[in-house]
Amino acid sequence: MKIAIVPRLKPSRLIFWFGPVLAVLATMIVGTLVFAALGINGLKAVETIFLEPVLNPQRWQDLGVKAAPMLIIACGLAYGFRANVWNIGAEGQYIAGAIAGTGVALLADGSLPGSPLPLMCFAGVLGGMAWAALPALLRTRFRVNEILVTLMLTYVAIQLLFYLTRGPWRDPNGFNFPQTRLFEAAESLPIVVPGTVIHLGVPLALVIALVMWIVMQRTTVGFAGRTVGLAPHAALYGGFRNDRVVWFSLMLSGGLAGLAGIFEAAGPFGQLTPQFGVGYGFAAIIVAFLGRLNPLGIVLGALVLAISIVGGEIAQTRLGVPNAAIGVFQAMMLFFLLAVDVFVSNRLVFERDENA
Amino acid sequence: MSADILIAIFVTVITASTPVLIAGLGALVVEKSGVLNLGVEGMMLIGAVTGFAMAATTGSPTLGFIAAIVAGAAASMVFAVLTLTLAANQVATGLALTIFGTGLSALAGKGFVGRTVDASIRIFPDVLALHPLGRLIFSHHPMVYLSLVLTVGVAWFLSRSRAGLILRAVGESADAAHSIGYNVIAIRYLAVAFGGAMAGLGGACFSLMLTPMWSEKLTAGRGWIALALVVFASWRPGRLLAGAYLFGLVMTLELHAKAAGFGLIAPEVLAMMPYLATILVLTIISMRPGSAYSAAPACLGKPFRPPV
Repeated sequence: MKIAIVPRLKPSRLIFWFGPVLAVLATMIVGTLVFAALGINGLKAVETIFLEPVLNPQRWQDLGVKAAPMLIIACGLAYGFRANVWNIGAEGQYIAGAIAGTGVALLADGSLPGSPLPLMCFAGVLGGMAWAALPALLRTRFRVNEILVTLMLTYVAIQLLFYLTRGPWRDPNGFNFPQTRLFEAAESLPIVVPGTVIHLGVPLALVIALVMWIVMQRTTVGFAGRTVGLAPHAALYGGFRNDRVVWFSLMLSGGLAGLAGIFEAAGPFGQLTPQFGVGYGFAAIIVAFLGRLNPLGIVLGALVLAISIVGGEIAQTRLGVPNAAIGVFQAMMLFFLLAVDVFVSNRLVFERDENA
Repeated sequence: MSADILIAIFVTVITASTPVLIAGLGALVVEKSGVLNLGVEGMMLIGAVTGFAMAATTGSPTLGFIAAIVAGAAASMVFAVLTLTLAANQVATGLALTIFGTGLSALAGKGFVGRTVDASIRIFPDVLALHPLGRLIFSHHPMVYLSLVLTVGVAWFLSRSRAGLILRAVGESADAAHSIGYNVIAIRYLAVAFGGAMAGLGGACFSLMLTPMWSEKLTAGRGWIALALVVFASWRPGRLLAGAYLFGLVMTLELHAKAAGFGLIAPEVLAMMPYLATILVLTIISMRPGSAYSAAPACLGKPFRPPV
């Protein structure tokens, strides 16, 4: 008996859309075993992490707030991933956006007529773009690998955040804590559902996903990105310039990551602290894949990751499950998804051995 | 500056370079076989925590290093099954491995934070290190000598041995290697396992040699720097050694500048240096026309599936 993987004549749409569900289920099953091996009640832990946030309506607002930044970042990343542009430093662009936006708020310091919020968001987008511009320049000019450069710049952004919050931007009235002053009401994202924590960034994230879906599915720019990724030579023949797609991918993903950064700073955080980079930029990579690099799928992908984050926080306080366990879960989801993905365009055949 | 200080700096540079050199050698062999494994950072962390846990439990750093090798190779097998057997996307799988290793090591190392081990092993008697010149040659950690042996070994293997020739053939043209009867997948499995073992060992150099302790994300991106150095080295072990030592020099200067209390430069700015230096070096190596990337194995990152 021999098992072989052979290409399908037509990709399986069933596996394409149910793959992520399968991956999440497999993660829950294996996760139970992993926890049991670590001496934690596995069933209880997995139930707390994956079901509690869904079943408890009080947690829904948290899901929206956690999902929003990952949704915004992943929409930008998806365009690039389709075009074979691997921006894995969204975390750095996210921090850079938050820094730029915060910089505007601190610089203006209430002196602007009207709300400084639009200008802060604009600066956030520019900050993220600036952080992604160097890898774009280096890749298009000198063919330097963007994977390594975007990642290296993430470490630089984290150090810059440390420097600013401990040094020049430290709140003079903050009892020497390394953090910027709290944003004023005019500098903060308004709460859109009274009595909850749901800020303006949550509905805006959904709007961004919808716009990105239209851009990717219905416009020439979206088509150019997909073509460059799938068939670079055909794209060249069709008049799509590879360099332009690289620039567009990095500016889009950098800009959106920057926007997510200032949303988070002017929203849930309310200030910058050295702990600002909580890993949304890395989680968004998993979200993009879970969502099939399709902005509408990414909405669901962001929700799944948000569930694991909120559930992880509950499990941490209630069961003492270390926070790091969530990273293991998220990576496992991606592993299983990549494994399932193979069977979208391939199938297993069991063939008799000729010698038998 | 006296000779003593110069020698002290030299010893620090070599020690600081060793983990990156070892992990880089593994990544180099993997890439020569045509596989791009971005999970180096994750495997280093798994090696670092396993090595430390083993050494802390048994009291033997040697057992710690061995455990790290096994753990690194085991972690790389997850990557191998996905990318080689199932032909999944190598970039995404490697990334997942790094996220996985970061989480798993933090989870497994929870109980070891703040503990220390006595990890001092020397192979040469201290007497030999009394004279400054002797210190230059004999005072190093065994891993330093091992990394040099490995460099020569990998260089010899790739350029002089028959097995190395086959490995390179698989990386340059998987189809051609397959058609003359070599098992491409099996050879790549072995290469990936070696890469994992070296990443694990490199990680353990952190937790058992550089800073005999464990903390979350201990390797601080060194796995990525190892990957960058492979590009910088144009996939040649000798140049990787030079690159790693150059990098070690930047790291050591950062430490010394910090210790000297340079009031002008913030410690955070100094901490950016290794990453900025890596970007700069990658750029310089890519600027020379037709240099770096033409040296890349032709099948690097491309999945191979044997025709049925």
